[in-house]
Amino acid sequence: MPAPIIKVDAISKSFGTFKVLDGLSMQVMPGEKLALIGPSGSGKTTILRILMTLEKIDGGHIQVDGEQLYHMERNGQLLPADERHLARMRQKIGMVFQLFNLFPHKCVMDNVTLAPMLTKGVARAAAEKRAMELLDMVGLADKAKAMPAQLSGGQKQRVAIARALALSPKIMLFDEVTSALDPELVEEVLNVMRKLAAETDMTMLLVTHEMGFAHDFADRVLFFDRGRIVEEGKPDEIFRHPKQERTQSFLKKIIAAGHRV
Amino acid sequence: MTQWSGYLGLILQGALVTIELTLMGSVLALIMAFLAGMGRVSRFFILRAIATTYIEFFRGTSIFVQLFWAYFVLPFAGLSLTPLQAGVLALGLNVGAYAAEVVRGAILSVGREQYEACTALNLGRWQGMRHVILPQALLVMLPTFGNNAIELLKATSVVSLISLADLTFQAQVVRSQTGSTLMPFLSVLIIYFALALIISWGVRTLERRMARGLDGVRV
Repeated sequence: MPAPIIKVDAISKSFGTFKVLDGLSMQVMPGEKLALIGPSGSGKTTILRILMTLEKIDGGHIQVDGEQLYHMERNGQLLPADERHLARMRQKIGMVFQLFNLFPHKCVMDNVTLAPMLTKGVARAAAEKRAMELLDMVGLADKAKAMPAQLSGGQKQRVAIARALALSPKIMLFDEVTSALDPELVEEVLNVMRKLAAETDMTMLLVTHEMGFAHDFADRVLFFDRGRIVEEGKPDEIFRHPKQERTQSFLKKIIAAGHRV
Repeated sequence: MTQWSGYLGLILQGALVTIELTLMGSVLALIMAFLAGMGRVSRFFILRAIATTYIEFFRGTSIFVQLFWAYFVLPFAGLSLTPLQAGVLALGLNVGAYAAEVVRGAILSVGREQYEACTALNLGRWQGMRHVILPQALLVMLPTFGNNAIELLKATSVVSLISLADLTFQAQVVRSQTGSTLMPFLSVLIIYFALALIISWGVRTLERRMARGLDGVRV
């Protein structure tokens, strides 16, 4: 059995007096597709943000691809990671945000090529060639010269996916990537993610309220509540036969709100 | 009337000095604004401290006093400046202090999500600042920079006190030589106003050009 690509060990995180994550541990295998579900404030987005180094942890350890994320090993001792170490670890991870976070002053092409050119020293021609392949993959090859403001939400999110992929991360984090979209635009983004799952062996973690998609897409589903993983299992186990009472009541509310499972 | 056209020539010469002061002062102010404004948001305490001290000092003392220091006091420290150099120095440092706060505010006005996108794309702090944050912040700074430039234009008149023959100085000269008060002062009023209009128009044009594409309508 291969080693896990992500190993989260007893991490805790508080915002002021609010404990978002409380001794959370989890493991993700290489190539695994993981869906993180749960009520808002349950810590599922926070764990993605921690993996992307957007939030610091208060305690615990995280290993990504065999290396400590927030610590450096020096002479057998664990020290807090410096900016250089973090930058090296970030190369392994890409993230797509709920609100796209495209750079509004740059055209689609420049959004995608900026980071590879700056962080990996890729020449412009090579970066643009790769960007065109990625834009083609997300179905937006004809929008390379468009500005973000000219795109629909679904198109923006597909550009954001291409932009993250341009750095060839081993792990992709998707933080409620369809929550801000009009209902009719959700599917085009989900299709890109399906394609990505089918065509690559990338490890993918997604926080989502699209239960139907999570069911079809994920190898494993984690149900979060109050900073802990209350229940985890195969999609069928979680969605059809949840064991925990809190999972059952959460899914009932979601279905009552009109989401398909 | 032919005599008046000769005096008008004097006033126009003064206008040239005023324009020169405004342009050179603005360049210095712009440099100081970016240095101090970015220093204010630096993660290094010492840079923040230096920037804050500069800003508070130059906002907190009068431009007259600063000019007198630049022209009359610095020579005692072995640094003799021409009136033009002293004028540019005082104006640039003074207005730069105000504009630094504009730079700082504009940088902070760029949403947190843009900084987070930079982190997620593994851009370094300076790379993110240079390619993502500043280009967006610049658009926020522009209108207030226009105000600062007009303030600077009007403040140039203080250099007449160190005998630099700017627009205001020449108006005084013409007035004392002709005994006419209305004509020279009316001329300088109109010229200052026209120069301010040109600055306004220039900044607005720049703003329009830079905003192109951002709202998805104008391309």
